[in-house]
Amino acid sequence: MSLGKKLRNSQLWRSIFRHPAPLDRRNRVAVMLTNFVLHLHSVSAKKNSLRFSYTWGMGLITLYLFLVEVITGVLLMFYYRPTIECAYNDILALRDVVSFGVVREVHRWAAHAMVITVMLHMFRVFLTGSYKAPREFNWVIGVLLLVLTFLLSFTGYLLPMDQLSMWAITVGSNMARATPLVGHEGPGHQLLTLGGVDMITSRSDARLMLLGARTVGQEALNRFYVLHCVALPLVATFLVGLHLWRVRKDGGISGPVAVGDGRQTGAVGGEAS
Amino acid sequence: MIDWPHYASEEGFVAGLAGPLGWYYLGVAALNLGAMWYALRRRRSRLEAVVWALMGMAFAGLGGLAMSGHPLVLPEWLKDACDRALGPVTFTLGAMAGLVIFYLGRRVLVQPLVSWTALNVSLLLMGASMTDPDFARTVSRPDNVPIVGMVYLLAFFTWLGTAQAVRNDERLRRGQGPVEAGFTDKVLVWPDVVYIELIGAIVATVVLVVWSLLIPAPLEEPANPAVTPNPSKAPWYFLGLQEMLLYFDPAVAGVVLPALIILGLMAIPYLDPNPRGSGYYTVDQRRFGWAVFLFGFLGLWILLILIGTFMRGPNWSFFGPYEPRDPHKIAAATNIKLCEYFWAVWLGRGVPRVPPESGGLQKLGIILWREIAGLTLTCAYFVVLPAVLARTALRRMRQAMGRARYWLMILLLLMMLMLPLKMILNWTAHLSYIVSIPEYSFNL
Ligand code: HEM
Repeated sequence: MSLGKKLRNSQLWRSIFRHPAPLDRRNRVAVMLTNFVLHLHSVSAKKNSLRFSYTWGMGLITLYLFLVEVITGVLLMFYYRPTIECAYNDILALRDVVSFGVVREVHRWAAHAMVITVMLHMFRVFLTGSYKAPREFNWVIGVLLLVLTFLLSFTGYLLPMDQLSMWAITVGSNMARATPLVGHEGPGHQLLTLGGVDMITSRSDARLMLLGARTVGQEALNRFYVLHCVALPLVATFLVGLHLWRVRKDGGISGPVAVGDGRQTGAVGGEAS
Repeated sequence: MIDWPHYASEEGFVAGLAGPLGWYYLGVAALNLGAMWYALRRRRSRLEAVVWALMGMAFAGLGGLAMSGHPLVLPEWLKDACDRALGPVTFTLGAMAGLVIFYLGRRVLVQPLVSWTALNVSLLLMGASMTDPDFARTVSRPDNVPIVGMVYLLAFFTWLGTAQAVRNDERLRRGQGPVEAGFTDKVLVWPDVVYIELIGAIVATVVLVVWSLLIPAPLEEPANPAVTPNPSKAPWYFLGLQEMLLYFDPAVAGVVLPALIILGLMAIPYLDPNPRGSGYYTVDQRRFGWAVFLFGFLGLWILLILIGTFMRGPNWSFFGPYEPRDPHKIAAATNIKLCEYFWAVWLGRGVPRVPPESGGLQKLGIILWREIAGLTLTCAYFVVLPAVLARTALRRMRQAMGRARYWLMILLLLMMLMLPLKMILNWTAHLSYIVSIPEYSFNL
């Protein structure tokens, strides 16, 4: 018996993986069903869903980049303290002092890449018409994920607390001033008064809720830190889970659907070769 | 890490570029060799193979020249002409014309001979442009590098999707099924899919690590509320919104339109009544949806991001690709409201004023009277126009969709079209707001 075979038949191996190595058909099915990570997949898949030219692999890469962000993000949190005094210096130290100092680079570039791949993924899903029934709602979940990706990126942008981050967030959050009704420069904010006193001022409007103060400072840093490291990732994780579950429940990755008498789409499915 | 050459003197800059540019051209040459191999082995096209071989040799020559300190440079007159010709107007209209041409000529444009040549030309222009310090500085800013990559990725995938659509459309015309229908066999996820995922993860990791080793993450001076950088830019994916601020009130550009974009995107599956084109690439079977999405996504969203990233400089002025970022350049902004045009210019009377002591209803009445032209126009655009379209050009669509869905669709569409319309009105007539009610901070 070869060493590999011995290993795979050992008590330890079997206790972890719950079945022999996936070398024959039966165990290849079993591995998908009994392994917690793999069971996100179905057991078999249409060949079409494996073609790069069909899916562009963009949903998958987005998912992978999200995992990279989680892992590098945790590493960054070991070194980073979200206070006005520490934040900038901690980021400096990350570059100059910490050994193997590319974690920040990987985190930042993977974030940019994720924004790009999620847009490409949406583009692909549109071009293949994969939002059509029964996948309408998964498209809606996808749009929420797109927004979350933007928000994750945006909240992270502030954390280094350099000129770039502070002013980018200032520009971005200034728009909240103009929120209808609840921004202190927004249309109709004049209508919300209580006994002749304005309710919506620069000290009580949507922008203040976002920043915790009237300018970008410690309060904003704290809020963005919590959003970036806790709240948004939790929501995103939940929605990604839902999204992938729906991909399966909606019948796996899409393929051609014949319409009506099949005339318009030709002999869809009848051509399996 | 890449040490970008110093920009102090133009000669010094070009000299420092010799190595990187040389390797760049050699890389493009290698790409063409790959294409040649592909043409011979897979596509069995001698013609293509010969063309790619010639192009590869040309690029290899350029690489040699660059390494010996004589890179291809663009002539000054060409750069000047480019800078002068490009402005928000030509850039936007040019890009939109490009989309129309792409749509109409897609059957020719997706042919490898055409599209690969276009790629080569763009890579050549890119290489030659990198010898211009202003161009190089903009493109090589660490946070801008991914956007350059995004442009190429978008071009590639637009090509990939459209090429498949063109092929499918031909098959469908002949009564065959789309290519995708030939892949309905099933395979086991272990090992086929799991291994693809593994390979994808490895490739992505390699790209990320190389990228991270080459380009350090930017870190500027510590945050300082007293020093406002000029320009202050939002993160790149929000630059489209920042760009819209030029044409709309912040409430519209920053809150209402983004909300409508998100809601509009979510509504797509429920507003597209066309059952065809589900699960395969096609243009012919869903022309309307395809055109609307490409226009909104590439023609507005991405385009505005590119303008904001690469063309906007100090004072949010528009700069040509080779133009020095002069901090004193200020675009003369004359902004005229529609009510001013209406009362003062066309009727030759004063714009009605709201007396300060007037209260409640009287105030509202005067405001509505003052804005009568804009309100009428808005009403015509959002109410009369869709109603007319429902009985004429879009009659079939209106019947297929039912009333509620039709109105939701058309209102979202008109909202989207408002952006290019207002851009054009702003450039040509300096029009700022159609309806402007500063009394309630409302501007449209
Ligand atoms: C964090 C963001 C996202 C992740 C991680 C993600 C992940 C995935 C994955 C892994 C798939 C399987 C097919 C593939 O790889 O293409 C998929 C499919 C899908 N995604 Fe996403 N996605 C995200 C965002 C989006 C967005 C923004 C949209 C649309 C607006 C979207 C809509 C869909 C739809 C409709 C499918 C089914 C496609 C089909 O059956 O062909 N997703 N997603």
